[in-house]
Amino acid sequence: MARQKLPPTQTLTMKIDDVDVTAKPGQTIQDVARDHDIEIPGLCYIDGLTIWGACRLCLVEVEGMRKLLAACSTEVAEGMIVHTDTERLRRYRKMVIEMLFAERNHVCSVCVSNGHCDLQAMAVQLGVDHVHLPYMNPDVKVDSSHDRFRLDHNRCILCTRCVRVCGEIEGAATKGVGGRGINARIINDLNMPWGDSQTCTSCGKCVHICPTGALVEKGTAAAEMKKHRSFLPYLTVMRES
Amino acid sequence: MTKTITIDPVTRIEGHARITLQLDKKGQVDDAQFHVTQFRGFEKFCEGRPFTEMPAITARTCGICPVSHLMASSKACDDLMAVDIPPTADMLRRLMNLAQLTQSHALSFFHLSSPDMLLGWDSDPAQRHIFGVAAKHPELAVDGVKLRKIGQTIIEILGGKKVHPAWMVGGGVNAPLTEETRQKMLDMLPEALDIARRTIKWYKQTLGQFGEEVRTFANFPSMFMGLVDKSGGLEHYDGYLRVTDENGKTVEDMIDPKRFHEVLGEAVEKFSYMKFPYYKARGYPDGMYRVGPLARLNISDHAGTPIADQELAEFKDLHRGAVLSSFQYHYARLIEIIFAIERMKQLLEDPMILDPHVRARARGNRNEGIGVAEAPRGTLIHHYKINDDGQITWANLIIATGHNNLAMNRGVKQVAQHFVDGTKLQEGMLNRVEAVIRCFDPCLSCATHAMGQMPLHVQLVDPTGNVVDEVLRD
Ligand code: SF4
Repeated sequence: MARQKLPPTQTLTMKIDDVDVTAKPGQTIQDVARDHDIEIPGLCYIDGLTIWGACRLCLVEVEGMRKLLAACSTEVAEGMIVHTDTERLRRYRKMVIEMLFAERNHVCSVCVSNGHCDLQAMAVQLGVDHVHLPYMNPDVKVDSSHDRFRLDHNRCILCTRCVRVCGEIEGAATKGVGGRGINARIINDLNMPWGDSQTCTSCGKCVHICPTGALVEKGTAAAEMKKHRSFLPYLTVMRES
Repeated sequence: MTKTITIDPVTRIEGHARITLQLDKKGQVDDAQFHVTQFRGFEKFCEGRPFTEMPAITARTCGICPVSHLMASSKACDDLMAVDIPPTADMLRRLMNLAQLTQSHALSFFHLSSPDMLLGWDSDPAQRHIFGVAAKHPELAVDGVKLRKIGQTIIEILGGKKVHPAWMVGGGVNAPLTEETRQKMLDMLPEALDIARRTIKWYKQTLGQFGEEVRTFANFPSMFMGLVDKSGGLEHYDGYLRVTDENGKTVEDMIDPKRFHEVLGEAVEKFSYMKFPYYKARGYPDGMYRVGPLARLNISDHAGTPIADQELAEFKDLHRGAVLSSFQYHYARLIEIIFAIERMKQLLEDPMILDPHVRARARGNRNEGIGVAEAPRGTLIHHYKINDDGQITWANLIIATGHNNLAMNRGVKQVAQHFVDGTKLQEGMLNRVEAVIRCFDPCLSCATHAMGQMPLHVQLVDPTGNVVDEVLRD
């Protein structure tokens, strides 16, 4: 009788922030850290959506590697020694947030998401009290053409959470990224006003998954846009069913 | 030789301005100009924003009276949405507005103007501020701080924040009142009323000493404008526009504030970033009118609360027709504080105030909206246009201080002609020139939608532009 192939039972051992942890092959550093209640910051990562690795906030140091690695998209290996909260990382993360603020027009005080914004919360958490880079003050538009929702490019950080939730969970694939580099923008269908989109089901997942005041419900005044995130833990389930 | 004296910037006002005094050959004041030297162009960066954000955005024009902008803006939004807001929302907005009136008037009277009255216009400028008052008249300074704090605390309780509360929104307010917070506010009012009554008593007793100032501080005939309620009574939140002439005779009445442009024109002068509104029927600059506390009391038939009504009757006895001296802006402020406290009590004691229905929901249903309210400094007008998606395409803010622009210029000239002798720059005379401006309690941050504060700079300039004398103070 041929030998049956056994499911892999291999367990890896590694260290995160001086704590000995175990991991399964194929897991990312982010997965393992979560399993052990070690928090690594991030804005583009959402459990249940494909990994994007764009925001660079989850960068970690791995001993023996000169480059910083994104925890969300780096698979673990046996004996890996990871540091998630070093001076260098804190400096880099602050710089990332400052760059996000400088790139578009994030005016917290008048923003509908003031007080309920992941970007703002992250800035507070990381101790960003100044933006040392010159603001670019780009002239970007607001798309209010949708009946219920609004896309304010001024507040978008291009995390693509909306793009992924729309394509991967709702299956509508209305949202995409158009343009390149600094000119990249979230677009609807083939870059048309959101209100004219033929594919949008108006499900609102993009609005509630958006970390900032870029995707919001209409009719909200400053600081009124609270996002409903209770569906997030079920994304994986939604995807499988 | 003709000389120009420049006071730059004017201190203890909200914002940054400069005064130029043009002297004739004999060294007497020939003309005076009050320049507002900053410009922010707030209207410009509202363009493209959703109208629902306007209350929060425009409130940032000013850190002193953000509530007034919130109110005018929310009302303009109500108009864009074409809704009648729930009655309780109306009451709650009024409540916050009156708290704002109290704190702003307290700031103007105690912090900014009382140093002149208590310590003297000629006293040492280094001591002539609220701390100087605290050293010499601690009771009054304490009263001032307390009264302002009560107003601030009510704003904070209602809006969750002292300076830029986000509670007022198009359609009403975003949270109802609870019994507990209502009681908290009610508990503060008796002390506030005591302070206000004490202060007005003191003011009336002392008024005799300021005869010369009363006579010369922008004391001239002008028209007056403001809102009145249905019965012609004192009004700060809604109501109708009324314009009276220098004799107190009503020339326009019960004008729907949304039709303000039929009554008012706006002129522009090269020397100031602040526009010059005027009463259309009389033309520019004859259509000069004043707004704010003095104007409101002059145009109102009655106040509507018991103590304020008594005080108003006494006030109206000061002068037949209309009270013309801008010095009495101070007096008017004190009466309005009393009115505000009494009215807040009435509002809070009404069981309706606890009704949970406080917001009407709608989207932009009209492409043009106007919101008018009385800010502490006078009538404030927000005028917006939106596209079909609800985004602002055009905005115009007519600010209380702007209405007084013509009168302030006239007032500076009057006081300068009386007190300034062009041969030398005396501290006391310059302070009086500034003090006349302070009577109007101008908020230049609002007026030009600009901000900033700097020390006093006085220049004496001859006709060829050479500076012949200069005084600089911090
Ligand atoms: S709109 Fe929101 S979710 Fe979409 S990319 Fe921008 S910030 Fe991310």
